[in-house]
Amino acid sequence: MSEKVKFGRSPVFFETFNRRPGPIKKNMHYCPGCGHGILHKLIAEAVDHFGIQKNTKFISPVGCAVFAYYYFNFGNISVPHGRAPAVATGVARANPEDYVISYQGDGDLAAIGFNEFLQAANRGENITVFFVNNSNYGMTGGQMAPTTLPGQKTTTSPYGRNPLTEGYPTPVCEIVNALTAPVYIERVALTTPARVAAAKRAVYKGIQNLKERKGFSLIEVVSPCPVNLKMSAEQVNEFIEKQMMNYFPLGVIRDKTAETEGRPLPAPVVRESADVEKILLTEKRSDSVAADFRNTSSMFDKELRVKIGGFGGQGILSLGVMLANMGMLRNFNVSWMPSYGPEQRGGSACCSVIVSRKMIPSPILESGIDLMIATTQTALEKYLPGLKEDGILIYDSSAVKLPELPAAMRTYGVDAIEIAATKLGSSKCANSVLMGVLAAVLAANGLNEADQADFDRAFAEAVEEKFGKKPGAVEMNVKAYEAGKAASLK
Amino acid sequence: MAYQKRMLLKGNEAAVYGALLAGCDCYFGYPITPASEIAQSAALLFPKLNRTFVQAESEIGAINMVIGCVAAGRRSMTASSGLGISLKQEAISYLAAYEMPAVIVDVMRGGPGLGNIAPEQADYFQVVKGGGHGSYRCLVFTPNSVQEMCDMTFQAFTMAEKYRMPAYVLTDGVIGQMMESVELPSAVKYDYDPEWKMGNIINGEANCISSIYMEPNDLEELNKKLQAKYKLIEEVEQSVEEFSVDDAEIVMVAYGISSRVAQGALEQLRAEGIKVGLIRPKMVFPFPKNSLNNAVKRGVKKFLCVELSAGQLIEDVRLAIECQRPVELCNRMGGNLLTCDDVCAAVRKMI
Amino acid sequence: MAVKKFRIRITADECKGCGRCLTVCPKKLISRGRELNIQGYYAAVVENPEGCIGCGSCFYQCPEPGAITIFEEE
Repeated sequence: MSEKVKFGRSPVFFETFNRRPGPIKKNMHYCPGCGHGILHKLIAEAVDHFGIQKNTKFISPVGCAVFAYYYFNFGNISVPHGRAPAVATGVARANPEDYVISYQGDGDLAAIGFNEFLQAANRGENITVFFVNNSNYGMTGGQMAPTTLPGQKTTTSPYGRNPLTEGYPTPVCEIVNALTAPVYIERVALTTPARVAAAKRAVYKGIQNLKERKGFSLIEVVSPCPVNLKMSAEQVNEFIEKQMMNYFPLGVIRDKTAETEGRPLPAPVVRESADVEKILLTEKRSDSVAADFRNTSSMFDKELRVKIGGFGGQGILSLGVMLANMGMLRNFNVSWMPSYGPEQRGGSACCSVIVSRKMIPSPILESGIDLMIATTQTALEKYLPGLKEDGILIYDSSAVKLPELPAAMRTYGVDAIEIAATKLGSSKCANSVLMGVLAAVLAANGLNEADQADFDRAFAEAVEEKFGKKPGAVEMNVKAYEAGKAASLK
Repeated sequence: MAYQKRMLLKGNEAAVYGALLAGCDCYFGYPITPASEIAQSAALLFPKLNRTFVQAESEIGAINMVIGCVAAGRRSMTASSGLGISLKQEAISYLAAYEMPAVIVDVMRGGPGLGNIAPEQADYFQVVKGGGHGSYRCLVFTPNSVQEMCDMTFQAFTMAEKYRMPAYVLTDGVIGQMMESVELPSAVKYDYDPEWKMGNIINGEANCISSIYMEPNDLEELNKKLQAKYKLIEEVEQSVEEFSVDDAEIVMVAYGISSRVAQGALEQLRAEGIKVGLIRPKMVFPFPKNSLNNAVKRGVKKFLCVELSAGQLIEDVRLAIECQRPVELCNRMGGNLLTCDDVCAAVRKMI
Repeated sequence: MAVKKFRIRITADECKGCGRCLTVCPKKLISRGRELNIQGYYAAVVENPEGCIGCGSCFYQCPEPGAITIFEEE
């Protein structure tokens, strides 16, 4: 006659708890009668039952279960207070083949970490959350928790929880039930054998959902804390049954597991260098100039400082980027610096471009500006003080009224937006019109013939790079550029 | 097939390219000016490689997702600016205690408080001195160009893994927002599978990652181990760029955008015949103590700290040279930038 | 078919004496012991281990992983 173990220590637990300091290596650290141990056993049994121990990852919270990693023989991490669902998200996203369990107490989940928890639930992360509700902060010595009952005395509610100042117990499952993504929400309790059997079914379902990749499951476990509540085994069960359940009714709150399809594993990450470069980069340009190509006009002997200011939507920033890109294509050092943030949102747009053969110290331009393009009065007035006395000013003649200017300043008025809107049918390419105007202005101010032709080519290359994939966009911008070059300037 | 590796990029975008080419699998972030383009580029580019982008619920959520991802054995990063970095500090302390690598980009803006979104360098203390609870350090790279935003983010992954600790890429709104041309490095093919990851079977037990050491002696051991690591890093990883230091009487010390302004000032001042040099830390942890002390030995009379904060970098300069020389401050705060003229004037006053 | 036989074993040194098992045994086989165990608790004891019907209630009430084992004869 032989015997087999019908109910006994789960093989998912370590045989000996070597990570636990001190001489006790077979027991858990929990107080006598604590529900954590019961839930640990149910989880271990379910993980064993579904055969997923190898890929199960457990997030140990801060609270009484902080040492859960002493016990379970699967991947484990002990994380900052309240952040278990965020860490679980990181694990589950990084390794979609893992089965991630986030385990939290009521302070960790419903107080300091409520946001992380709700957000993970709302994203429908593929994790199962076990929430141990025992109506107090156990680890720190029985303080008030979000789940403490009205009138319940704890070490931080010595006169009883006062709903007028401390509110009511947080109905976590019911709150989560307001979200669309979670597939399974159930509240169970660890009191009578029948309740524990129901809890076991819920735990199995939560673990099965993990295995089948169904999404977010939440199992709230109303759990005994006899030591902090100063109760016997019978008393604490009665407290749960007669008092806690008034606020935390048991049962399945949502179960969409049957109609929810398991999620397929995502496509494998691209890792091979050649594949990464193929996807991330564009084919090498064949029409670029040689690495030692230099434009010969003398205006490039020193750095060229350009300020472009106007109104958001006029393409001011992209005009600057286009110019910087052209400089880069011709082997200059270039910098482009936008105004950013509220100034941008307020409607005005501005950027600085520096084109130089040498290292560019600061990309910010407040003074010593060689060339300025202004399409609004505000921009003109704001940046004019930084323009050199003999600098070049290109302005939109319909929007800008010139103030009195130094005699040496070279000014060119053009109705760029009008040209773009009427002749080209879209004010969107006003910036290409301005680029054409710039080409004409530079030609009139020392850009030699070779570089004039090269400016056209550089523009064509930059436009091709930017709009190459948009049908018609290259042609429209080149037309706008030509219109700008031919425009009569004031 | 040949690819176009020269690109015109924002500093923020370049950091994302550097991360992807270094084999970063997952990006977790939260939008904040002036760092938002990092999250935006990551949202655009990571999915193209079947990699993960998650817009977290908060800065705290983001850095804790990084913890999970790294614990699972993958490369991960996040990025933010001052206020967001403040919120991440708890988790970064955990990363240091776990001895886990992670990359955090900080594009600094004006503080304290909500401050503003203009460039500052006032996160120096919170990034370089630990920032969170406990005695720990992070590697801190200080790029001053878009090229370096790419290169140093790439390098940050390598060094963070080498020393198993968090690494910052500490920059400012100017470097983050500006565009320059960048020559992209080659993508690394990687088979990254750290043996310390959670769940790896070590001595027959599934590995756990924890920062709890209930016995004071055990925690002291961890602290000693960390300090020994930091000491080694200080010995072998100092990284600096020097300009005209050899014959200099005054040496400026500056990082990030301030170092570029100082470099502009240096050219102007040298043209005037003023013997000025520049030490630009490329990393501020480890701090370039050797470079500074060599300058002292070579006869530098005074130092000038050029920084966009109320005198944070200057403390480390004074400590590094043990106050053997006067160290003066040239700074702006609140999002105001220094100009070459400001720096030149400060140097001239020191003569 | 033969009636299955069961046996409870309580490992005294792994019991914390919380008393949860006492309250649920349908056969009232378990009682509080009178001797302190290695951890300083009055461990539960089984008066008549063979009276067990194998319901598992005590096992699932017990928060410890291995304090209670229930065997089934084959």
